Amino acid sequence: MELFGINPAILVASLMVAAVPILLAAIGELVVEKAGVLNLGVEGMMIMGAISGFITAVHTGSPALGFLGGALGAMALSLVFALLTQVFLANQVATGLALTLFGLGFSSLMGQGYNGIKPPRTPSLPFGPLEQIPFFGRVLFSHDWVVYASVAIVAAVWAVLRYSRAGLILRAVGESHDAAHALGYKVVRIRVLAILFGAAMAGMGGAYISLVRVPQWTDGITAGAGWIALAIVVFASWKPWRVLVGAWLFGGITVLQLNLQAAGSRIPVEYLSMSPYLITILVLVIMSSGRGRAGLNAPASLGQNFHASR
Amino acid sequence: MLRLEKRPTPSRAWAWGTPFLAVLLTMIAGGALFAMLGKDPVAVVRTIFWDPLLGEYAFYLRGQLLVKAGPLALIAVGLALGFRAGIWNIGAEGQYIMGAIFGASVGLAVYPTESRWIFPLMILAGGFGGWLWAMIPALLKTRFNTNEILVSLMLVYVAETILSKAATGFLRNPEGAGFPGSRNFSSYPAARNPELIAGTGMHWGVVAAFIVVIAAYVLLQRHLLGFQIRLAGQAPRAARFAGVRPNRLVIFCLGASGALAGLAGLFEVTGPAGQISIDFNQGYGFTAIIVAFLGRLNPVGILLAALLMALTYVGGEMAATNLGLPSAAIRVFQGMLLFFLLAVDVLSNYRVRIAAFVKEAR
Repeated sequence: MELFGINPAILVASLMVAAVPILLAAIGELVVEKAGVLNLGVEGMMIMGAISGFITAVHTGSPALGFLGGALGAMALSLVFALLTQVFLANQVATGLALTLFGLGFSSLMGQGYNGIKPPRTPSLPFGPLEQIPFFGRVLFSHDWVVYASVAIVAAVWAVLRYSRAGLILRAVGESHDAAHALGYKVVRIRVLAILFGAAMAGMGGAYISLVRVPQWTDGITAGAGWIALAIVVFASWKPWRVLVGAWLFGGITVLQLNLQAAGSRIPVEYLSMSPYLITILVLVIMSSGRGRAGLNAPASLGQNFHASR
Repeated sequence: MLRLEKRPTPSRAWAWGTPFLAVLLTMIAGGALFAMLGKDPVAVVRTIFWDPLLGEYAFYLRGQLLVKAGPLALIAVGLALGFRAGIWNIGAEGQYIMGAIFGASVGLAVYPTESRWIFPLMILAGGFGGWLWAMIPALLKTRFNTNEILVSLMLVYVAETILSKAATGFLRNPEGAGFPGSRNFSSYPAARNPELIAGTGMHWGVVAAFIVVIAAYVLLQRHLLGFQIRLAGQAPRAARFAGVRPNRLVIFCLGASGALAGLAGLFEVTGPAGQISIDFNQGYGFTAIIVAFLGRLNPVGILLAALLMALTYVGGEMAATNLGLPSAAIRVFQGMLLFFLLAVDVLSNYRVRIAAFVKEAR
């Protein structure tokens, strides 16, 4: 079965893979923003994750350790953000931008001498006979563990935010830090933990780009994925399952335009490769205007610094 | 334990002192970084901050300072207007590219006509290109309440794609033997942006930067619009009661910063860069964000900050060729500077008290 020279089963399967980096980064950022912190440094954390994950995997020979290394690298960088915004009460927008600028430079410094190396391969999980099911075998049972883990993380974030006490406290801190503080919750500590979680996710997402998607190291490898992840959080109106939908939508667009390029479509390559960015803008416009204004769902304390005066 | 106590009004002394403190801290931390890379930290810091000004080859390098500081100041002044009002245009890089493409297109369209009106027309087209590119996030923000940070940033990637299309397609030099890149403006006198005084690096872009710095200073200090910009940033609610129309500010701030970034792109492409090529843009649009903050969003401060940042560029290149310092190290260094700036800013807004002492005083 082929449509315009593209097999739909392969298309769906590869969009799930293409969506993983932005899905991880976006679900992490969702938790951060639910805690009332706007971290615009997702791109910087992702690329730090990409390079530290790559280096770890190349030296240990283990992709799993690579993902751990990616998460740790991004968390180390995010500690700077946490220190600046939570302790020194710096402007969150500016600090996030600084994180991205610094991360892009630092990753390129770390990555010197790693160009052109192949990282160890992340194998797909063995599902035995399930893989032979037509269509669904290719779509559902042909992926590596990170694809399944990322969906599981979305489910876990949704469950924790909705049903657990920890999730309730996190949301309270994000909606009104003064009220949460008055109730005795440690606003700063909770926010720092949220920032670290967001960084771990962004770092794993970045590592997925350099270890699985590309897979090699080049400067600026994330190419705006972090910013798209930020846009997806808005698109999702801060709801975990919609993050999954958004990420798959963007994964689909990315894969489709790559396939169209490969299939020799009559649309010029340039227009195809700018399409993910244009569609991000379009989706932002649709989501932020009209009756279903996504902004109305934003955490009330988003981007505001908390200073306990008493 | 140390604790922070909010100052009733930000300290003026610290407002001037923090940039210097941040530069000093960056030199120390940067020195540590250079030492970790196996370089002599003192030699590197001297190469970056001393040699371009007073070293052996300073007569040549000093000119480079203005070449680099011009576009940075031009872009950063525009960005600072928006940042003051809480309007975050971080896509200056895209507006810079579009300004260059628009301006260069006008010049290349009339090649090889000689007329004194060509260059002024290109300047207008450059500013218009940047303005147009910034109007996209501005109109989406005012009409649909779309986040201008994300839209302006996304448009950088779109602009980069258009740039590569321009360099390899519609603006490619027809006599260039198929190589990417447009005609070189240095051999087209009517559209050239030459060095005005030999050896100083002064070109029309630098002149424009000086004019813009003065104009922005007057606007912010003496004009009602400047007051409204400052008010909207510091107290958005009060601004609304005072009759400030937020949409007008968004259009003005994004438009002004876009036009200025476009001008910077046009001056760069006709002068120092010489032609439209795939990578003629050097990330000035992003570095200008650091410059704007380093200059404390104040036009005069931005001019000084742009010179300092130009120094790190020029000195960084020196350190790369003479000491083998990786060029990425300079970007890390610039990033660090922004971190330290944001960190020490706490001193101008808060007083640091020793908690035990405060208790005793009660």
